[in-house]
Amino acid sequence: MTAVIEVEELSRRYGEFVAVRDVSFTVERGELFALLGTNGAGKTSALELVEGLQRPSGGRVRVLGHDPYAGRKQVRPMLGMMLQTGGFPPDLTVVETVRMWAGTLSRPRPVAEALTLAGLDHRGSVRVRQLSGGERRRLDLAVAVAGRPQVLVLDEPTTGLDPQSRHDTWRLLRGLLHEGVTVLLSTHYLEEAGELADRLAIMHRGVIVATGSVAEVVAAYPARITFTLPAGVDGADLPVAATVTDGRAVVRTDALQPSLAALLDWAGRRGIELGGLDARAASLEEAFLEIAGERA
Amino acid sequence: MSGGPGRLWALGRAELVLLLRNRAALFIAVVLPLPLLAVAGAAGADPADQARALTGLFALIMLGVVYYNLVTIFVARREELVLKRLRTGELTDAEILAGTAAPALLVGLIQMAVFVAGSAALMGLPVPVNLPLLLLGIAGGLTVFVLLAAASSAFTRTVELAQLTTLPVLALCVLGSGMIVPPDTLPGPVGDALRCLPMGPATELMRLGWAGGGSGTAALVPAGVLAAWAVAGGLAVRRWFRWEPRR
Repeated sequence: MTAVIEVEELSRRYGEFVAVRDVSFTVERGELFALLGTNGAGKTSALELVEGLQRPSGGRVRVLGHDPYAGRKQVRPMLGMMLQTGGFPPDLTVVETVRMWAGTLSRPRPVAEALTLAGLDHRGSVRVRQLSGGERRRLDLAVAVAGRPQVLVLDEPTTGLDPQSRHDTWRLLRGLLHEGVTVLLSTHYLEEAGELADRLAIMHRGVIVATGSVAEVVAAYPARITFTLPAGVDGADLPVAATVTDGRAVVRTDALQPSLAALLDWAGRRGIELGGLDARAASLEEAFLEIAGERA
Repeated sequence: MSGGPGRLWALGRAELVLLLRNRAALFIAVVLPLPLLAVAGAAGADPADQARALTGLFALIMLGVVYYNLVTIFVARREELVLKRLRTGELTDAEILAGTAAPALLVGLIQMAVFVAGSAALMGLPVPVNLPLLLLGIAGGLTVFVLLAAASSAFTRTVELAQLTTLPVLALCVLGSGMIVPPDTLPGPVGDALRCLPMGPATELMRLGWAGGGSGTAALVPAGVLAAWAVAGGLAVRRWFRWEPRR
């Protein structure tokens, strides 16, 4: 395994404001690394440093061994990107846009192939201004893959896509990963990270607060059982520790099955009905909400 | 190494398509200058006057078709985030600017050719005395006004505001071109000042190239001034040009 993207103690400041603080991670060849975070967490700022669009205030980035800012000329032919918002002239058609872009590349795919990959082949003669938000995103994707990049850096690639198109994008990315393309993407769809990411990092206020595989990140957080406490039952009577707010009990546990068994056994013996019973293993969503909530 | 004019033209061709689809820009660029041919026609029989009239038209093309038009194009592409997106690709910054400017330059050069042909037919234009010098004036002037357009776009928030932000350069350059007031008829210091503005040396080089006159070294000063403007324009672009909208 070789690190295709290396980020070490990276920082980016705008005057007083620190958008990215001491962020470190590596992405290996053929791996998909997802950056998660609330809006304003610093994902886009971090990606722009990896893309070489901005110079870091501190720390170091390497993409395929090069500094992406100083070595723009070496890195760009191997790098495909999607910014958070498109950036194509509204009065060009889809085909004209991709043809223009392909004409600037050293190893372009045929225009038709790029459009097919992004699922836009039927919209070739439509002006960009007439595309839906999801179609614009796919045009952006067609452009990102047009140069047969070894590395893709995608800022919220599926935002605004309908579920079908999102799955199409995932399929395309899986295919590229299979060919050895390395992908770094940001998303605020936890499902997307869970589906695609080999490893991920959760950012909050410019800092990485959790990183690892989905299983590793989730392992740090407890499972949850919630139910409505029946009238006349005191929270202290429960066989497992719970917090009760507005009549709703929440049990946090590292051992979901024994805790749930104890609770059900207790309720069964007393003939108590646990209204709205919900038990779930720790998920990325739980971890994410926990992080965003407790540090808000 | 990849590169070459091919990839620059990929961008230029797309810009040309956009120009052809933008009726207002097309009108300003293509139709508006045509009546000016009458101005050249009225210059009379003196070769020096004819050269002055024609190079004055060239100056107007540099200002209207190249400078003003490009300020609006650079601002529009910046605000549409097109410039930011282009910077994520393989093109260098210089190629992005040149490719974006290419159609305006092309239209400007075609108009100059039309004016030359038209004037030649109307009034039997004299053959340029020093063609390289004429071409140097044209190339230098175009370069300077592309750079000034890029620099001016940095101070222009919207396409509409370009009407305002281009006024200082336009006003000074129309004066400096010598079309309205020939600099040699003005009191020394004023004429000298006008000769130092970007349009003055470009027109002077073109005029010297066409009609000749002056000593053998007469072209050195305007060539130097024009080169200085090109350097200043380049530095201004490096310092101030904005690739994405202000947030």
